Amino acid sequence: MIALLRRDLKLAVRAGGGFGLGLAFFLIVVVLVPFGVGPETELLSRIAPGILWVASLLAALLSLDRIFALDYEDGSLALLATSPLPLEGVGLIKALAHWITTGLPLTIAAPALGFLLSLAPEAYAYLLLSLLIGTPALSMIGTFGAALTVGLRRGGLLLSLLVLPLYVPTLIFGAEAVRRGADGLDPTGALLLLGGITAGTFALLPFATAATLRINLR
Amino acid sequence: MSMWEYANPKRFMGWTRPVLPWTFALAGVCLVVGLVWGFFFTPDDFRQGSTVKIIYLHVPAALMAINAWIMMLVASLIWVVRRHHVSALAARAAAPVGVTMTLIALFTGAIWGQPMWGTYWAWDPRLTSFLILFLFYLGYIALWEAIEDPDTAADLTSVLCMVGSIFAILSRYAVLFWSQGLHQGASLSLDKEENVADVFWFPLLVCIAGFVFLFIALVLMRTRTEIRARRMRALEARVQRA
Repeated sequence: MIALLRRDLKLAVRAGGGFGLGLAFFLIVVVLVPFGVGPETELLSRIAPGILWVASLLAALLSLDRIFALDYEDGSLALLATSPLPLEGVGLIKALAHWITTGLPLTIAAPALGFLLSLAPEAYAYLLLSLLIGTPALSMIGTFGAALTVGLRRGGLLLSLLVLPLYVPTLIFGAEAVRRGADGLDPTGALLLLGGITAGTFALLPFATAATLRINLR
Repeated sequence: MSMWEYANPKRFMGWTRPVLPWTFALAGVCLVVGLVWGFFFTPDDFRQGSTVKIIYLHVPAALMAINAWIMMLVASLIWVVRRHHVSALAARAAAPVGVTMTLIALFTGAIWGQPMWGTYWAWDPRLTSFLILFLFYLGYIALWEAIEDPDTAADLTSVLCMVGSIFAILSRYAVLFWSQGLHQGASLSLDKEENVADVFWFPLLVCIAGFVFLFIALVLMRTRTEIRARRMRALEARVQRA
């Protein structure tokens, strides 16, 4: 499992693209928002939690179709399926690798971008915390979506249609935690629910991912 | 002789042929009776005026929108467990009907909301969850359309349906957390004292029955079409091989 994780990480870093591209996309979306809604600091600081969450969600979506596509094309996915490692484990590791290459950098970069949107100072800790708890769920759900569309030639657009509705609860709780933090309310409830979603997706979705991979490899 | 034998495609075609016109007739009768009764022979509500009458379309459509998804979930489970092809085709056939019901519910709600709440749309939990349900339907239909091999498509869509159901329920309660409601609570429930007054209740029941029969008739008809389409493809494949 660790070998597979290391291989995926190496591929992501050396192939370029995926790693930096998601971050750059995140930056551009956040920079575009003030052009769209105007530069008033008050308005920006009010919508900042939502914008940061939606932008990181879109950035995570961007690299999803690469999770299985390359392995499927060159046959290494079939090899993995016949290896002693169960496919459930493969799904889990792929999600983890995706999180380390996109979710984690996004989480670390988010406070800097919060600065651009003049996020309330109290909210930074919660922004970091909620992204840290929430982005793994985004990666896991996305891995399931990627497994669903792996056999399709133009699965990218379909992938977003399938995955985005599944992101709704994560987005709601994540953005709500930051918003409550910014308003000086207690965000513990939202953070706990967010943690619940992450734990639940990691407990159940590897099985669904493995089932869809088996169907697609048949 | 078990109930599963009725799901054999040939038997299914056999018993649905006589049943189908009757279901359509029942749906038509119920809808005409219910709507005419509801629109012309019930009093106006003392606060909502005549706008209350949209309930006869809105409530049954919303009910069927949710029940269609539940039916798809059950059919998907049957496909996964017993691999009955008719079941997978029935799930496929129900999706467009369900999406239409969702749209009817959303539109009638918007038309009613404009005079009553002063807005066509509000980000209210119930409205939002219906919009999310609509997106789930779209994804499900798109996945069916995208995959060529029918068995793979049936397998993948049933997994999506099961995972989607969990997330749909999760979203339903997540939006409660996120926004306060504008929509009134359930007007129909079995365990509450306070329901809609009887004058509105009986025509509404007839309308709901009409929508249920309409849904059954449409799903049966679409399933028959799917079976015929598949037979046709099998014939074409045989001709090409020969």
